[in-house]
Amino acid sequence: MIKQEYKTLVKKNLPKENRLRNSFVAFFIGGLMGVLAQLLTDLYSYLFEITVTQATTFAIVTLIFLGCLLTGLGFFDKMVHFARAGLIIPIAGFAHSMMSATLEYKKEGLVTGIGANMFKLAGTVIVYGVVSAFFFGLLNYIIFGG
Amino acid sequence: MVYFYAFLFCGLVCLIGQLILDNTKLTPGHVTSLFVVVGALLEFFSIYDKILIYAGAGASVPITSFGHSLCHAALLRAKEEGIMGLFMGMFDLTCSGITAAIVFSFFLSLIFKPKS
Repeated sequence: MIKQEYKTLVKKNLPKENRLRNSFVAFFIGGLMGVLAQLLTDLYSYLFEITVTQATTFAIVTLIFLGCLLTGLGFFDKMVHFARAGLIIPIAGFAHSMMSATLEYKKEGLVTGIGANMFKLAGTVIVYGVVSAFFFGLLNYIIFGG
Repeated sequence: MVYFYAFLFCGLVCLIGQLILDNTKLTPGHVTSLFVVVGALLEFFSIYDKILIYAGAGASVPITSFGHSLCHAALLRAKEEGIMGLFMGMFDLTCSGITAAIVFSFFLSLIFKPKS
């Protein structure tokens, strides 16, 4: 009986997450990230007169640098709290997960802290990326003969 | 026009991620892993290359493009060098991103102190 009351009380007092607002913000911020990347690509290919592929690489490296820098300065956590998936899914979120793991374990030393824990959060992306890419690549190679 | 498609595609991927986060108990780690696998799957059906033509950099920013690049690079190398190319070429396209993330987060973590 008391357990039941407690459960309803908790349910009533939990902050209600506005899913519509979350979705809209994630869509908008995520879209802005895409536009920013495209802007940087156009800017680099115009400024340095390089091919689009090289400019895209430059733009992604810039976004990764920004993600690391803002995480180090402490802004990115607040931004992720606001935008959620809008900043987790783009490549800056990948940089954020690496940088925050590195910062968190920094006090344990250079090797056992930074070196061992850098991929603590981002490692799962690389593992499943490589495994699935190998599987689908092998399948493609066998079916279409390379 | 490419800006509009970049906004639309990148926004839609983030929207799907947010919907999964809100309506299931999966963590952001699960969602990013799932999206990487989806990217590799889209590459298997050669869909992602078509999206890249329309959305440009907007399609190479979400984490799905990571799975696409891994699979694409491995297949390109496999066409040249046979089955061993899958092992040799896996990181050909994504090495810049991974290297940048490692180098920047190493040096910046030496400078900054953890907040909180």
